[in-house]
Amino acid sequence: MRKPASAIAVHAILGLYTVLALFPIVLVVMNSFKAKRAIFNTPLQPPMPWNFDPIGYAKVFGDSAITSYYLNSLVVTTGTIFMTLLFGAMAAWALTEYKFRWNTLLALYLSIGIMVPIRLGSVAIIQLVSDLNMINTLSALVLVYTAQSLPLSIFILSEFIAQIPKDLREAGRCDGLTEFHIFFYIVLPLIRPAMATVAVFTMIPVWNDLWFPLLLAPTNGKQTITLGVQQFLGQYITDWNAVLAALSTAIIPVLILYVIFSRQLIRGLTSGAVK
Amino acid sequence: MSRTAYLLLLAVFLAPAVIIYSTFSIYPLLATIFNSFYDRQDDGTSLFVGLSNFTTLLSDPTWSAPFWNAFRNNCLFFLIHMCVQNPIGLVLAALLSLPRLNLRATYRTLIFMPTMLSVVVIGFSWQLILSPLWGVAKMFLSFFGLGFLFGPWLGEESTALLTISLISVWQFVGIPMILIYTALLAIPDELIDAATVDGLNQFQAFIWVKLPLILPTLGLVSVLTFVNNFNAFDLIYAMKGALAGPNFSADIMGTLFYRVFFGNQLQLGDTSMGSAIATMMFLIILTGVMIYLFVIQRRMHRYSF
Repeated sequence: MRKPASAIAVHAILGLYTVLALFPIVLVVMNSFKAKRAIFNTPLQPPMPWNFDPIGYAKVFGDSAITSYYLNSLVVTTGTIFMTLLFGAMAAWALTEYKFRWNTLLALYLSIGIMVPIRLGSVAIIQLVSDLNMINTLSALVLVYTAQSLPLSIFILSEFIAQIPKDLREAGRCDGLTEFHIFFYIVLPLIRPAMATVAVFTMIPVWNDLWFPLLLAPTNGKQTITLGVQQFLGQYITDWNAVLAALSTAIIPVLILYVIFSRQLIRGLTSGAVK
Repeated sequence: MSRTAYLLLLAVFLAPAVIIYSTFSIYPLLATIFNSFYDRQDDGTSLFVGLSNFTTLLSDPTWSAPFWNAFRNNCLFFLIHMCVQNPIGLVLAALLSLPRLNLRATYRTLIFMPTMLSVVVIGFSWQLILSPLWGVAKMFLSFFGLGFLFGPWLGEESTALLTISLISVWQFVGIPMILIYTALLAIPDELIDAATVDGLNQFQAFIWVKLPLILPTLGLVSVLTFVNNFNAFDLIYAMKGALAGPNFSADIMGTLFYRVFFGNQLQLGDTSMGSAIATMMFLIILTGVMIYLFVIQRRMHRYSF
């Protein structure tokens, strides 16, 4: 920008909005480390040696099964990412590489899920999961989330697979590789960046979801961290130290992951968006 | 390769995705629609009742009043997102895409941050901040001499839905911002240079050159907002519970569906009526998507550079 005055105005607007975006998060995390008196008397003060008090965290990790909820979320998220990436890439490869009669129709069928939220089928999903004796299991969540994530990931991965030069696959075929070898040893390594993007896209809604854990695995220690925190908050509603600490335990890991993967995520968003 | 081997190969690659997707996504969706034409009897059998669940839902006052209330609230929820979230997203994207802007990546990353967090966590954090008990919001407003404005916004019928909508706007503004930002980056610099040579300033160039070019993205942003808003549930459930109180003033389709299907303090769970509401949600979302696909997208010109 040429004029410094307008540059200052732009930075002022963006800066103010950034403060607005971060203020609530910072406030909650900051106060979770403070003693009760300090939370109420000086909420805007950062934690200092004289007002530091980790009692909230002691409660969160002592009274509840928060650690195992983390583990549940980790299992569900990793399971979903693994299945979505493997099955999504396989389907995307078959749809882009091989010509067969129902190709376009199948691609269309698989893309319904991009626009229609799977939640609308919840009534039947519960019946199905209970018929399969899978209520309160993490596998039920993994299967449902995989079904939810597959359409968009097939769509994104197809775009990338279509860009792989044809020569590479033909070279593999000339060398006598089977189609499976071509897929696993040539195609998969080439679409690694796209897989990272899909992994991030899959991870966020699954990790943060409240609906399906509430419906499919609400008790028996099978809660995910999001549901676990929600239930914990309901019980400890008046204990501000515990509530703030519980919120922070849900925020901090996501923030750390976000800082690590933000470049990947934004790149993914910016390449898939214009299509 | 023989034909059988070829078909086998296709099956192996496609089967896992197609089976999981069909079983856990398409089948439940169809079964839910199917369910909505049946009435579950007390002995566990189902009776075909045609459209009667829908006529009950739309005309019997005990059902239609909550339904239309939720529908109206949901429309308002969507309108607030369209009028507040998307314009703010557009302005932020326009500023972020300005040439020679320092700290661009930092702003982008930080403003997108709330979008990453769980709706439950966001909802609860805001509940604490707006709570008169803690008084942080009041303290903050007083700092600007606006303390008199503060009220129990979440607890009052007239302001609960508006407050929750604005919290949702605050959380998800990152999505329109990033989508529009990307579309703006794709516009070649030469076009803008040509416009500035012709005497337009940055603002005019944005209005007359860039904005028309990103109309398809604005259409996409609108339909995404529509689908997400009519499918929303988590935030209102986390902040207000299934009753979406006070006096159902923040009730939307998602919370109504949850309440009817699972039952609550006021009524028993009802599978058939739950399915009917889910089917109505499906029809609403489908209408929105169809309008987008056949009316909006068809009329838009796409420019490729």
